[in-house]
Amino acid sequence: MSALKRGSIAVVGAAESDLGQVAQHTSPVDLMAQATMRALDDCGLTLKEVDGLFVAATQVRMGPMSLAEYLRIKPRVFDGTQIGGSSFMSHVAHAQMAIQLGLCEVAVIAYGSTQRSVSRAAASPREFNPYESPYRPILPISAYAMAAARHMHQYGTTREHLAEVAVAARKWALLNPKAWEKEPLTIEQALNARMVSYPFTVRDCCLVVDGGGAIVLTSAARARTLKKKPVYVLGVGETLSHANISSMPDFTVTGAAVSGPQAYGMAGIAAKDVKMLSLYDAFTITPILFLEDLGFCPKGEGGRFVANGGIAPGGRLAVNTSGGGLSYCHPGMYGLLVMIEAIRQVRGECGERQVQGCDIALAHGNGGVMSSQCTVIFGSEDTL
Amino acid sequence: MSDLMKQSPLGTYVEHLKKGELAYQVCTDTDKPFFYPRTVAPETGSTNIEWRISKGLGTVYSTTVVHYKGEPPLNVAMIDIDEGFRMMSRVEDIDPMQVKIGMRVKVKVNPGDEKTLPFPVFTPAGGAQ
Repeated sequence: MSALKRGSIAVVGAAESDLGQVAQHTSPVDLMAQATMRALDDCGLTLKEVDGLFVAATQVRMGPMSLAEYLRIKPRVFDGTQIGGSSFMSHVAHAQMAIQLGLCEVAVIAYGSTQRSVSRAAASPREFNPYESPYRPILPISAYAMAAARHMHQYGTTREHLAEVAVAARKWALLNPKAWEKEPLTIEQALNARMVSYPFTVRDCCLVVDGGGAIVLTSAARARTLKKKPVYVLGVGETLSHANISSMPDFTVTGAAVSGPQAYGMAGIAAKDVKMLSLYDAFTITPILFLEDLGFCPKGEGGRFVANGGIAPGGRLAVNTSGGGLSYCHPGMYGLLVMIEAIRQVRGECGERQVQGCDIALAHGNGGVMSSQCTVIFGSEDTL
Repeated sequence: MSDLMKQSPLGTYVEHLKKGELAYQVCTDTDKPFFYPRTVAPETGSTNIEWRISKGLGTVYSTTVVHYKGEPPLNVAMIDIDEGFRMMSRVEDIDPMQVKIGMRVKVKVNPGDEKTLPFPVFTPAGGAQ
């Protein structure tokens, strides 16, 4: 049983920084600060009230220090947990610990990246690994490609299934004015795009853009006094299974099979109660794996689940309504933006792409090479 | 008991590769093999570790083909070694797209050069598991 209590804290503010390709010489911390102030404006809180600061980024080694210095704030609680793209879901769990214990009251989680401007290689230099680097995998792409290849071998998943994920993301993105991609995509175009690491073409891989975001969390009691309807944290789960792909035990089963049940258990809900899913789609295989590992279809059925527009607008389940990392925005560690879309869906702020009656949304983060998996379940007031 | 003042796990591994051997470690408390080489055994934390030499045979667990601009496609694969550990490598002497999951492979050592340590690669061994 989790010591964390369902609904004890809520997200009260959420915002992206500028996204896409930002002006020359913009720093990742510029983007974090911009998003932080937008998120505070979203709920009506001020910088002076922020006493918890949670930051991760690839270009800023000591995130909480850099953002605290920039904003000239002195948080009582800070955390720079860096486990890749799921860091921010982990930060939610850690912010909940701190707020529940009364160690801080207003927590900001922030992220920024200029990887499009400075190049991915410069933004996310990889550590040398004497047992992997000599073989020249294109990481992280090749790791996920080998997971896809294994899933195809074991379960009959096809490249067309993978392309379905890319096409569904693109269809959602066309409903999101903030999305990077503006043109339609077909299955054939996805399949025939430039091959990067078989079975992945460039359309199976997330975008490389600049961007950032921030969310503000506080106690449930304080949340009810603020501008917007609170989005409660109903459940959290987090797990690490490996760091390098060579040490992943089974390439077809991710840690979502651990973090998901933790989050469901704390929330007291099951997969069937979730109205909308925000799944970290670094590559087209990941939503397929997470749909399985989070209990939306049996293991091995993920490819068939997404077939025929299964997760596209009008499909069987609303997944990645923002357009995802594949078509909306992927600044390198996309987990914070994964949560922002789920938060907006619970608020009912998603316009054309709004999922009707979205009282519970699940945001799932992935980090490294399927290495860290963190799940956060958000709910409206009605779900308490 | 390893002594990091004298030799590193990677150092021992490379010494074996220079002799044409693929070496791995076993925790003698549990008789479990592990890879990559370490100073303590995973899970147990034991320093009762023995180096052993693999017969060099394995099975492809997964495979990909990477495309670098201006270069021929290159295989990257995960190999399940018969002695019970997995490693990243590549399968050579075959069209990279013809490397298949389940294919049996055998080790050979790439000697490396002044910048690169020697590293093991694989070639088709014939037959499938």
